[in-house]
Amino acid sequence: MANRKETFLFAFRKSLPIMTGFLFLGMTYGIYMNQQGFNFLYPTLMALTIYGGSVEFIIANLLTKAFDPWAVLIVTLIVSSRHLFYAISMLDRYGNTGWRKPFLIFGMSDETFSLNYSTKVPLEFDKKKVMFTITILNQIYWVSGACLGGLFGSLIAINVKGLSFVMTALFIVMMTDQFLREDHHFSSLTGLFLSLGILAVTGKTYFMPITLFLLVVIFAILEKRKERFYDFD
Amino acid sequence: MTLTEQIITIAMAVIGTMATRFLPFLVFSNSERTPVFIKRLGDFLPPAILGILVVYCYKDVLFTASSTALFSLVAGLVTLAVHLWRRNMFLSIFVGTACYVLLCNFL
Repeated sequence: MANRKETFLFAFRKSLPIMTGFLFLGMTYGIYMNQQGFNFLYPTLMALTIYGGSVEFIIANLLTKAFDPWAVLIVTLIVSSRHLFYAISMLDRYGNTGWRKPFLIFGMSDETFSLNYSTKVPLEFDKKKVMFTITILNQIYWVSGACLGGLFGSLIAINVKGLSFVMTALFIVMMTDQFLREDHHFSSLTGLFLSLGILAVTGKTYFMPITLFLLVVIFAILEKRKERFYDFD
Repeated sequence: MTLTEQIITIAMAVIGTMATRFLPFLVFSNSERTPVFIKRLGDFLPPAILGILVVYCYKDVLFTASSTALFSLVAGLVTLAVHLWRRNMFLSIFVGTACYVLLCNFL
């Protein structure tokens, strides 16, 4: 069995692309809040407690508007509804993780979910410890970025334009790996093309929940028609 | 907004986000009693989600005729090509990102 240090290094290595992306995007978010007139505690604490990039940007904006808590809740539920589907996908993997489970669920951002789902953990490692370390590291990156951005604001010259592309590249790599190792491509291809179509029709704000909802409908219809429409790997 | 109102606003966002992450785990806490449909749905969804997340990364540039859109599409294809060629995650991400940064800053 791998010891603590080896487990940490394995998880750290896996998290490196997210480190680059989260520090950069987190700083962008912190700078944005700084420019809206909030001190660094706001982006830092919001990154720590909400921990969902898209929601944090929306709330940063709503904080400057009239007080309307129910509208905030509804917008958040709609934008975050995709996490319901991440959670359904992780029921099994996060199932027997003991005391680590609440934090694994708490820290299940888009990036952490995809990385914990995609990472093939060698047998000598304890899978739950690897997933837990990845989850913690990713949140540390995000909160640090937000804090730095909030502290220094536009004093930080982000000279290198385009570093946030690491996140896109990471998702492309994870999608490709998934495609190469699976026997059936129905799910991959449907996700890719359906979301493109829905994005074209509904625009960027709601395309994700709509696509996921339609995917469940498609899955339900296929399962009903064929009993088990295919066997998973 | 007063400080209290700000705290309530942020708390609502925390509740909303966490509700979506925790709800399925609370409803289906017992693996033996989880409906087969839900378990199979959980097996079916992830590959689709990975595809959707790629589209999500492109949501701001797709369907816009800008140089950023073109650059990110080119860099995306480079990432894909390098990955199919070498199957090395770090190499693919590094080359793809470098390609994007160079295109954005020097073209």
